Formats: sequence, C-alpha cells, structure tokens
Amino acid sequence: MAAPLTLLLLVAVTVRAALYRSSLADLISERVEVVSPLTAWKRVVEGLALLDLGVSPYSGDVFHETPLIIYLFHFLVDYAEITFMLADVITAVALYLSVKDYNKQVFRKQKYALEADRYPLDCLELIRSPKEMQYIPLKVAMFYLLNPFTILSCVAKSTCGLNNAVIALFVLSTIKGNVLLSAIFLSLATYQSIYPLTLCAAALLYLLQRQYIPVNLRRFSFWWFVAQYAFMYLGSLFVIVGLSFFLLGSWDFLPSVYGFILSVPDLTPNIGLFWYFFAEMFEHFRLFFLCVFQINVFFYTVPLSIKLKEHPVFLIFMQLAVISIFKSYPTVGDIALYMAFLPVWSHLHRFLRNIFLVSCVLLACSALFPVLWHLWIYAGSANSNFYYAITLLFNVAQILLVSDYFYAFLRREHHLSHGLYLKRKDGSEATLVLK
Amino acid sequence: MGLLSDPNRRRALISLLTRLNAPICVVCYMAGVAWFMGLAFEPFTLRTYMSENAMGSTMVEERFPAGERALGTGREFSAHKKKAGGMPVDWLVKTMQSRGLEVFTQRFSRRLPFPDEDKERYMVKGTNVYGILRAPRAPRTEALVLSAPCSPGDDNNQAVGVLLGLAQYFRNQVFWAKDIIFLVNEHDLIGMQAWLEGYHHTNTTGMDWSPLQGRGGSIQAALSLELSSDVVTSLDLVLEGLNGQLPNLDLANLFYAFCQKIGVLCTTQGKLQRNDWDSVSGYSHAVQTMMLMVMKQASGRPWGDHGLFLRYHIEAATIKGINSFRQYKTDATTIGRLLEGMYRKLNNLLERLHQSYFFYLMPSLSHFVSIGYYMPAFGLLALILLLRALDLWIQLATPPPGVLSVLTPLVISHLTGVALYTLPIHFQEIAVEHFPVSETEAVVLTAIAVYTAGLALPHNTHRLLTGRGTENGWKVLKLVAVLYLAVLLGCTALINFSLGFILALTLVPVAAFVTPDLCSATPACTLLFSVFLFQELQEMPVSFLDGWMLYLSVISQGILDHALYGSLVYPLVALLVYPCWLLFWNILFWK
Repeated sequence: MAAPLTLLLLVAVTVRAALYRSSLADLISERVEVVSPLTAWKRVVEGLALLDLGVSPYSGDVFHETPLIIYLFHFLVDYAEITFMLADVITAVALYLSVKDYNKQVFRKQKYALEADRYPLDCLELIRSPKEMQYIPLKVAMFYLLNPFTILSCVAKSTCGLNNAVIALFVLSTIKGNVLLSAIFLSLATYQSIYPLTLCAAALLYLLQRQYIPVNLRRFSFWWFVAQYAFMYLGSLFVIVGLSFFLLGSWDFLPSVYGFILSVPDLTPNIGLFWYFFAEMFEHFRLFFLCVFQINVFFYTVPLSIKLKEHPVFLIFMQLAVISIFKSYPTVGDIALYMAFLPVWSHLHRFLRNIFLVSCVLLACSALFPVLWHLWIYAGSANSNFYYAITLLFNVAQILLVSDYFYAFLRREHHLSHGLYLKRKDGSEATLVLK
Repeated sequence: MGLLSDPNRRRALISLLTRLNAPICVVCYMAGVAWFMGLAFEPFTLRTYMSENAMGSTMVEERFPAGERALGTGREFSAHKKKAGGMPVDWLVKTMQSRGLEVFTQRFSRRLPFPDEDKERYMVKGTNVYGILRAPRAPRTEALVLSAPCSPGDDNNQAVGVLLGLAQYFRNQVFWAKDIIFLVNEHDLIGMQAWLEGYHHTNTTGMDWSPLQGRGGSIQAALSLELSSDVVTSLDLVLEGLNGQLPNLDLANLFYAFCQKIGVLCTTQGKLQRNDWDSVSGYSHAVQTMMLMVMKQASGRPWGDHGLFLRYHIEAATIKGINSFRQYKTDATTIGRLLEGMYRKLNNLLERLHQSYFFYLMPSLSHFVSIGYYMPAFGLLALILLLRALDLWIQLATPPPGVLSVLTPLVISHLTGVALYTLPIHFQEIAVEHFPVSETEAVVLTAIAVYTAGLALPHNTHRLLTGRGTENGWKVLKLVAVLYLAVLLGCTALINFSLGFILALTLVPVAAFVTPDLCSATPACTLLFSVFLFQELQEMPVSFLDGWMLYLSVISQGILDHALYGSLVYPLVALLVYPCWLLFWNILFWK
C-alpha cells in the first residue's frame, strides 16, 4: 500500500508546485472563501515585518495568528511553500495511518461480535468485509490531498493547513492510544483556534474505551483517567501559552488572537454565518447574539457525546464538521478536513437519503461563490444579499450532509441490533421514520 | 423537512419524477419559453419609475441656447479633421482651452492580434483629447463624463460640436458640484479603453498609452453622444455594455423622463414604444424590442462607447441621434437642452446610482422586466437538467462504475477547449503562409477547423483506451455532463442572463435527451442561428451567403473583443461550454 500512497503524494505535490508557479496563485490567495482574516498569508507577512522592526506583531490590528506560527515562519519564511505542502502531506499521512488503525479495530470488534452471535441473522449484508475496507485509508488520503478545497487553501498559503495538520496528528495519536501525545496535540490545536477544545470529549471517550475503563460517573478509575488527561492537556496548554509569552514578551496575543476569534470584530465576508448577521445587527444586541452564535459551536458536544459514546471516531468527525460550519471565520480548508473522513463511512451509503441533492447543492454553491462575488464587488450590480444567500445555502447543505451521515450511522447501528428487515407487530414490513 | 425524511413520501415523489420524467421535462421547456415570451406582454411588466430621490423631485430648468453655434463648431471640427487626416489635436486643444477648460491629451497605440476587417485597422495609433471643467462648488472628489467619438469620415462631427457648445455653456454656470470631463476619443472603443485604463491606473489588455496628466474625481456617470446630422427625428438609448453589463436603470429613467419633458421622440433598440399592447402587432413589436436587447446583451460586446465604463462601476449609456424620414425633427438646441438637464440632475446625485435595478430587460423604454420576473424562465430550463440528472442517478442506484472512467473524456475535451482558445491566434502566420487566405480568415477558419476536429477526436480516443464502453458508462458520463452544464449555465445566466438563456434554450433539449442512439445542435449552430435571428429582428434579412460571411466576421469580432477589451464570451465558449458540449458528443458516439 506504500506505493500508491507515494504516487498520490507525488501527484499532490506536483499539482501544488505547478499552481504556485502559475499566475493563479495570487488570485487564489485573495479569495475570501480560501483565506480568512485569521489565516491569510498576507497578514502573516505583515506580522513578520512588524516583528523584524522590533514592534509587537499584534500592534497593527492586522495580524491575528498565534505567536508560535509567527516564530515558525520567522525561520521558515523563505520555505513557506514547502512548509505548506509538507503540512498537507503530514495531514494526509496521519489520516491514512489513523484510518488504517481504526479500520483494523472496527474489523476486530466485528469479528468478536460475530463469534459471540450478537448480530441478527438477516444483518449479514451489513457486515463489512476486509476487501472493501482495504482501500479506505488510501481514499481518505486522496480525498484530502486532491480535494480542490485543500489545494486552493494550500496554494493560498492559508495557515488553516497547519491547523489541519495539528488536528490530524491529534487524531492519529488518539487512535494509536498515546495519551500524552494526544493531549499535547489537542492543546496545540486548541491554542491555534480554540474550537478544537470540543474534541476533548471524543478523545476521552476513545481512550477510555481503549483502556477498557467504563464510562461510569461513580467509578474512581473513570475520574482518575479524566483527571490525568485533563492535567496533561491543561499542563501542555499552559506550557505553550507560557512559551508564547516568553517569546513575545507580552500578553498582547491573548486579546488579539482569542478575543478576535470570540468577539468577531472583522466582518469581511466569508463562507460562514457570522459576517452578514453581525453587519446587519443593531449594536446593543451584539453581545447577546455573539454568545448565542459561539455557544452553538460548543453546544452540540454534550448531546453528541452522549449519543455516540460507543463510537468516538464518528464523534470526532461530527465535531470537526460542526466546528467548520459554525466557527467564526471558516474557510474551505476546514471543510476539506472533515470531508476527508467521508470515505471512512462509505459503508453507510445505502442509508444516506439526500446525498445526491446535497452534493449538487455543494457543487453549485462552490461555483456560485466567485460569480456572485464578482457581481457584487467588481460589477457592482449585485449586492451582499446575493452572496449571503449562497453562503446560507452552502451551510444548509453542509448541515444536511452531516445530519444525513449521522442518521445513516445511527440507523445502521439500529439495524445491527434489531435486524435489517423490520416487522410491524402485525407482521407487515415496517419503515423507520425520522421525525 | 417531512418530504426529505419520510421514506414513504420520498418514494412516492421519486417514482413520480422518474415515471413522468420526459413529460415533465417537455412541460418545463414549454413553460420556460412561454414565460419568456410572456415577459414582453405589457400587463406583466412594470412601468419604469425614478428611484433615486436626488434626481427625482428636484426641478431643473434647461436653458441651453447655442445649438446653431454648436453645429458651426462641428463643421469647423470636420474641416480640421479632414485637413489633419485624423484627430485635429491642436485645434481641439486650442478650442477647449478657449472655452476655459483644463485640457490634456493622451497618446495610445495598439497592435491588434490580427487585422480587423470590419473597421479596417491593424496598427492603431491615436490621441484622446479631454478637457476638465472644475467644479466651482464642491471639493472636486467626483466627476461626470461626456464623450463624443472622433470617427473617420463624416460621422459624429455634430456630436463634437454639441459637446464643445455644452462645454462653453457649462463653464458659465455656477452650480456644478462635480467635475465635468469632456472627452473626444479617437478609434472609438480602443481610445476609450486607453483613456479609462489611464484614468484608473490599470492595464488589463497590454495596451501602450501615455499616462494622464490631469484627473478629476471618481467618475459617477458617463454619457457618450453620437450625432451625425444637424437635425434628428429621434434619440436612441444604448445600454448594453461589455459582457452584457447594464447601467443602473435610473440612468435610462432619467433619459426617458427628459425626453418626455422636452418632447423628443426616444427609442431603445431603434424601436419606438407603442400604446396598442393588446393588439397582436403591438405585442410582437414589444417582443422584437426585447429580443433585440437579449441578443445584443448575449453577444457580450459593448454596443457603444459607453460599454467600457461599466467595468469600472460607472453608470454609462450611449445616446444616438437618428435621422429618418419622419416629418417632425429635433434641432441641436433641443438635444443640448436635454443633455444639460440630464447633467444637472446627475450633478445633484449624493451617492452613486444604486437605488434602481441593475438586472433588467426592456420591452420598451417605458417598461422593464426585473430579475425576479425573468429568472424563472431560465430556472424552468435549468430544472430540466436537474430532473434528468435525478433520473440518471436513480437508474444508477448500484454504485457508479468508477468515476475515473469519466476523467479521461473530461480531460481530453478540456484540452480541446484550450486548443480552440489558443490555436487560432498563434497559428495565423503558419496558415497565411500555406493557404491563400488573409490573416483574419486564417484565424476564423482555424477556429472552425479546431472546432470540427474536436467533434471528431474524443470519442475515438475513448474507445482506444477502454475497449468497448460499458452499458452504464455513458450514463455516468451523462450525469456528470448534465450537472456540469447546469452549473455552467446557471453561473452564465447570473452574469449575463441573455447569454445563459440563449445557450440554455438551444443546448438544454439536446443535452437532456441525448443517448448513444439519438442524434443532435452545437454551440456553433446556436451562433449561426442567432446571427440570422438578429438580422431578422433588425428588419434587415440577409441571404444565406451574406449570413455566412456575417457569421465568420462575428467569430473574428468575438476573438478581437476578447483580446482588446477583455470580453469573456469567447473564453467562456471555448474553455467551458465547448468542452462540456464534447462530453455530450462523447455520449452520442458511445457505442
């Protein structure tokens, strides 16, 4: 399996290198769909210039990345293109390895369940075979590397690619069962953009499951493990923040990065839901709706964790999707990360209901973004409502996609415990209805 | 959401859509066409009205007296033009200076990619002359433009005369709050392009021009005047600009309002408006007017010198004087008063024109159809493609046999598209050496040759690569192609409704029902058909041979428009529509 992966990596790097050399690179790095005020490379360059002048990079209200990123590029600015390509490669390889490992576990679990005769007889067609699972890791890597969204994001040198790499490493170390590394990468991801905080629950559930500790609030072992993990997580977060402070010599970055993410002062249009709403709103409602919008991201963690406590990896996928839909400055790079997981759930396809509709809408919206932007900004004939309408549609389609996968996953689990061909009490064929 | 989540209802809906797919598609097509034809019916359209308050309620009194003197200046200009054999730069500079303007000139030169046979030019060199009347009343941050072309021959001398007359008159008024720029541009659109690029410090087409020495504020609106006779019977308003962009409807309203006030006959597309909308001839008159607008907009070319202003967010229109055999004539003084009134009102603007519509069609100058009314006509056509795609998706319920098999035709057809886009201009020299044709013919014939070669090429290679096509293979390909076409047409219709609609009207029925055994029109046929329809609408029917020549010149003009002004129609057709079309061609020859 190493040969196809190498080939894939080569193709991906070639495509990116070719695009870096073409005249499209400048065009792409200006697109609001690809770069946000947080991740724009232009702003990183500005921050670097300020840093070289001996001024705090946060003094200009342009730069909003974390101190570690700016010190990373302080050394690597000449190799920025290679860094971003490398970040994509790391993400893809990490996802490849973690999905491979995860599939092995899934298969083992399925074997035990089969041996224990836990599945109803008519469910045999739902059982997954190693043959169909063989190419899934490769497909995951391909979905990430060759996804136009990832390519655009990489060519625009959006720092979103680095965040994705950190999250992918977190997923890998979690699935491999390395508690310390998992906590460290999670704290790095949190440090980068706050929102990955919600992945904490999924990681805990997974690691607990792996160490055969039951999720029982009355057990000491449960609390002991949670405390351990929390200690490692908070400890490394503390170390990273402290390190940033010593590098920078001031706490400027806290309001400028996290305040900027949470209070959403920059209303540049993007593919998210915030900008239009907050641009239109009366000022005295701002705080209230800010809380509502931000809580939205974190809110789904609790119900999803309760519902999916047996399936933490699916929970990670759901959480990543929720983050990329509801975060304050989303870009297409965030979407690419959760879309990379779609091949892992390819066995759910028979239960998906709206996949055709949703993919058509996503496709059409992606094409319409630049068109309506052109009409609004350059031609001056359309206005922001046109663009926001497409943003809204795009997000509705994403939500439909995610909820469709959620429904399909739950339905498969239901069938695995109750049999595939459900009967009503009177013996006629029954159908599952979601209300 | 009940419809999406309740499996029983979904099944019912889907079975309905698949069982009745073909009839529903036919009904959609009929409904789309009927809706579009209905747009010209007066009770379904809205009356134009002035939305901009700054221009609406203010009273303006027009007093321009010097029409005869303006015509005299025009004759003087014509004499100097003949003597100089082109733009009489020195005379114009002197005349404008004597009228109290700040005068500047701009030189420009441009070599066309191949000779333009319609206008007989290849190496273009020229000079623009413009004078700025500084606003006495405001901080000079905004400007208005009045332009007249310096055309070869005896055309448009009166326009320059009126322009100079107005400059002299405006100079003595105290109420100007915006700079007024009087521009005489040479070589029509090429000069205009050079001047606009110089004014805005951009260079999109690689033209050589000397930088502008003087500048006004940001331009709010512009009018271009074309006048070739001392008296006119009517004034024609031209709105269609580059890539089918239109100025804000308020500019048309302003023109219409002043024509009504002063009592000048006004037309759009050269058609007067009629009051007998309930008669057949009245309705067909409105349809003709609207169709002419649709065809002109679809061509994506600027139909007057104003067309390039629109790219810079400047509302602009061309006013053309037409002298026909009617009894009732309008003299130059009246035209001057009309322009004075329009500029006085534009002068009152507090913000850019934005209140009224940007997306509209006009069945007559007093009625318009807004985007909300005309989009459903296109939506119904696009719906056909979506229904067909849904049908195919359901037929392919088993997992599709490899998306990779679709990749080869996609790549090949796009490469052919790139060839169609690049080869004609690059190969003209070789073609001229080897064949007895002129450069222009070489370009057009290469384009046609690449086009036809493309139609022959891809389905052959496909068979070489995969042996015989599988039964489901063409369905997957068709699904991809239909969705591709739907997205493509949707985006086109948003930018340029007319182009999107005309393409949809001709391509959708073929695309929807193409199977390996069933035959098909192509984008080239659409163009040919459009050329004849346009001539028919202009009431100048042509014979087939003339039509063919016209067709060839339209192709060369399209390529030139792209090279000179950055019109997007040629790259759109060559790089996107044509490859998409080749996919359908592939399906046709699947077996």
